[in-house]
Amino acid sequence: MSRQFKGLKEIKGPLIILDDVQDVAFEEVVEIELEDGSVRSGRVVEIEGQRAVIQVFEGTTGLSKTNTKTRLMGHPMEISVSREILGRIFNGAGTAIDGLGKVYAKQRLDINGSSLNPVMRKYPRDYINTGISAIDGLNTLIRGQKLPIFSGSGMSHNQLAVQIVRQANIASTKGQDFAIVFAAMGVKHDVANFFKRSFEETGVMEKVVMFLNLSNDPIIERILTPRCALSVAEYLAFEEDMHVLVIMTDVTAYCEALREFSSSKEEIPGRKGYPGYLYSDLASLYERAGLVEGKVGSVTQIPILTIPNDDITHPVSDLTGYITEGQIVLDRNLHQTNIYPPIGILPSLSRLMKDGIGEGYTRKDHASLSTQLFACYAKVQDARALASVIGEEELSNTDRKFMAFGRYFEKYYVGQGFETNRSMEDTLNLGWTLLSLLPKSELDRVSTEMINEYHRPEQAIAHFMVLESGQLDEIFRKA
Amino acid sequence: MEKALIYSINGPVVRVKDYSGFKMLEMVYVGEKKLLGEIIGIDDHYTTIQVYESTTGLRVNEEVYHSGAPLCASLGPGILDNIFDGIQRPLKDMAALSGMYVTEGKGIPALDQKRQWEITFKVALNDEVEEGQIFATCPETSLIEHRFLVPLGVKGKVVSIQKDGKYNVQDNLISVLDKHGKTHSLTMVQEWPIRQPRPVLDRKTIHMPLITGQRVIDTFFPIAKGGAAAIPGGFGAGKTMTQHQLAKWCDADIIVYVGCGERGNEMTQVLHEFKELLDPKSHKPLTDRTVLIANTSNMPVAAREASIYTGITIAEYYRDMGYHVALMADSTSRWAEALREISGRLEEMPAEEGFPAYLPSRIAQFYERAGYVDTLSGNEGSVTVIGAVSPQGADFSEPVTQNTKRFVRSFWALDKSLAYARHFPAINWNQSYSEYIDDLKRWYDVNVDRKFLTLRNEMMNILHEETQLMEIVKLIGSDVLPEDQKLSLEIARVIRVGYLQQNAFHPEDTFVPFEKQLKMLQLISYTKTQATRVVSTQRTVRAIVETGIFEDLIKIKYEIPNNNLDALDTYYEMIDLAMASIQ
Repeated sequence: MSRQFKGLKEIKGPLIILDDVQDVAFEEVVEIELEDGSVRSGRVVEIEGQRAVIQVFEGTTGLSKTNTKTRLMGHPMEISVSREILGRIFNGAGTAIDGLGKVYAKQRLDINGSSLNPVMRKYPRDYINTGISAIDGLNTLIRGQKLPIFSGSGMSHNQLAVQIVRQANIASTKGQDFAIVFAAMGVKHDVANFFKRSFEETGVMEKVVMFLNLSNDPIIERILTPRCALSVAEYLAFEEDMHVLVIMTDVTAYCEALREFSSSKEEIPGRKGYPGYLYSDLASLYERAGLVEGKVGSVTQIPILTIPNDDITHPVSDLTGYITEGQIVLDRNLHQTNIYPPIGILPSLSRLMKDGIGEGYTRKDHASLSTQLFACYAKVQDARALASVIGEEELSNTDRKFMAFGRYFEKYYVGQGFETNRSMEDTLNLGWTLLSLLPKSELDRVSTEMINEYHRPEQAIAHFMVLESGQLDEIFRKA
Repeated sequence: MEKALIYSINGPVVRVKDYSGFKMLEMVYVGEKKLLGEIIGIDDHYTTIQVYESTTGLRVNEEVYHSGAPLCASLGPGILDNIFDGIQRPLKDMAALSGMYVTEGKGIPALDQKRQWEITFKVALNDEVEEGQIFATCPETSLIEHRFLVPLGVKGKVVSIQKDGKYNVQDNLISVLDKHGKTHSLTMVQEWPIRQPRPVLDRKTIHMPLITGQRVIDTFFPIAKGGAAAIPGGFGAGKTMTQHQLAKWCDADIIVYVGCGERGNEMTQVLHEFKELLDPKSHKPLTDRTVLIANTSNMPVAAREASIYTGITIAEYYRDMGYHVALMADSTSRWAEALREISGRLEEMPAEEGFPAYLPSRIAQFYERAGYVDTLSGNEGSVTVIGAVSPQGADFSEPVTQNTKRFVRSFWALDKSLAYARHFPAINWNQSYSEYIDDLKRWYDVNVDRKFLTLRNEMMNILHEETQLMEIVKLIGSDVLPEDQKLSLEIARVIRVGYLQQNAFHPEDTFVPFEKQLKMLQLISYTKTQATRVVSTQRTVRAIVETGIFEDLIKIKYEIPNNNLDALDTYYEMIDLAMASIQ
């Protein structure tokens, strides 16, 4: 039941305003036909009496007050889904752009989704083995979690995401199916291409659904991109029983699109000009991750943010951190010293880790071990601060051991490289080898039994002696 | 009669034109789906409604229906061991009815209409009853007896009464004839407007702590029953963990946990965890004393604004029965942001950072609903409010934190750098405070020990000394400090690691009774005295460190179980031996 109107009342940035429209519904989809027959789409964002404000996704270039016909479609934004969607590529608004035609629609879904009833959520507990020590050992990723990567321009967040896709055993047991949904929002063509190539190399391309809104694509369309992607992810997870990993990059570009839209609507801006509802809007995306009682599949999200000026208090990263279940923060200094992945350990966090590790999941000592590594690495920062004032030679023996621990920790534990895929056991053991470089009395987060079982100073020194080709730090040579 | 028709729609804000029948703050049903809404503004031409559900698909010219009453909470048995959304829709029933998603406009009653409750009457035929008097009781859960109160405005003679037995919530239990000749028939349910505080006989002075079993709170920054506390902290600092710990272990009778604009999985976690955890006193599941209000971040923003009031109304209702209630609100910043969002849609003039000018007064009204009171039923009860605050960019100078600080008396500032070092609870001892210490001094003297507060102050002084010494250590290292100052650093480390830090996942450490807290403080103080003596006789702190006595003290929290506190007395000998062994 579509209704058609001729002409427009006003055009304001990406918004058009219709007058004298009857019976229009809030958030209804609109098609705008131009003289030349081309069709653009939009949706109703505000209604006042007979006046309707419509947001045009493809922009208003070329529109005039007289040359358009507007059709109200009578339903909210929808996307067609079926299992055949796997392996396909769409634009940011969910239209196929790979030349393979429309997707057979088993279902049509409202892209805004609905909020999951907290009662029906299943608490996520199964960890995903990513093969990356800094994640597995210290910030374990749990299936059904939303764990963003906080990065900055020029850092290797894309490689990290690709490495996770390549190494992660998303479907842990045989017979369980997996899929990857990739949403590109305002990233460069090369970046999208890098992901596409990597998926092909890994041989998972037929399991991937891509939504591409590149940096030169219509900006307002970007607001739809993650919603389309998440609707597909939810469908695959909860209707087709698949474990779905959603990668969304770059959320900052998404938020900028939202800001642009908000200012064209003349809304009162909040911090840094972003709309006051940015938190609610981001939550409506991030909360679409998780597991549901009685369903096999899961939606795990890895959103990527490039934080302007590396300022973690920027509204986009700040609000994201308040919604997501932790964050992986990339560190500019580690990146500059050629450590890959440059994961800044101290500000990184996985909130769901505590329930997915330990006896029965990974290993009994995992929780204590990771807390101890965090605590020791925090002390490394103190020792470094002191060393920068009085020089490393003047430090106490303990502090010098911490300095050396910090160096080896960053070089071997964090900086494992793009190709290394470590098992959980290897990651945990390496953690203990590092802790064994420190005196027992400095280990106050692990129990005495654990120290007795795993604290092996001689073996640790021998281990690093090999790695450092005999050039072990002076402080250990003395001992 | 003219109809109220929708004129404009902007997100959750809907306007009706040229209709004058609505009252301010009246609850209304909007459109064909009967979405729940509330009248928030009336001017010459327009009536403004905030809608508590998603307005997608709503059309102009759909009708808005009266309810005749303000937004109310349904108060009666079946609230405990249940989970509601911000406008008290029962989420379990909703899931049974409509599956995994929250749906709109489903008129599900808040309380189970079919369940039978075992009623025992406390009044007899021809008794005179007063407002707020208990007229009947029933066991609501294995822990809590539900006491039925005569509603406000009802007073008179009982003219009919049922026999003790099983009834459902809608059954008429007693009828009361008032002096105007009007008969009120009372059921188990009463409605109360959520924005209006429930009346009490008298507010009492605060005199009792809310015992939490968390050392840094109980010892250093206590909260009183009937008090208000705020937990501000950036993301990852552990606000939610701290709130969960308090909800699990504090000695309130009833816990109202409001998840206001936070993560869905956190509510699921509470649901699952509390079912398995047993109350330390009664060994019954914690869910039996808990009610959850879950308005997660992706649920409609207007209902988020209401969820705080729904929670505190339920808390006051149980207080009026004579219980001590603790309300955890996680997080009040999301509530303030909901106010901002609605205010923005109403095009009100913004004050600081886009928040409306009435933000401070709303915060004040909310925290003022905490208190220790004499109830109308002649009992004592209290509502303690603990609100988490999520400051933008972890900057405590932002309006919500600053305005909250004015209206709470316990302030537990969470510190990012402590959280980075995995020092939990990450409550910063230099920025936090509690104004309740003086009010509670008598209680501590009588119930813990006369020396307890002196010990606390001694420990605080050591921690402050450490903070100052660390300024020097950061510049020149600790080696050059005189021995007595080095000793202060070591003792401060024992306090920090062995006392302030508390492991929520360790069975013995997750809850610590006052007795153990006292004994631990005494041991640390004793060690300090003995060590100071040793150091004053030209021996080094390093020698004391090498005896390992400090490590032993740090591990007390794990190694001495709560049910064998006498074992702590053996430490005095250990300390003496260690000191004597130093040559």
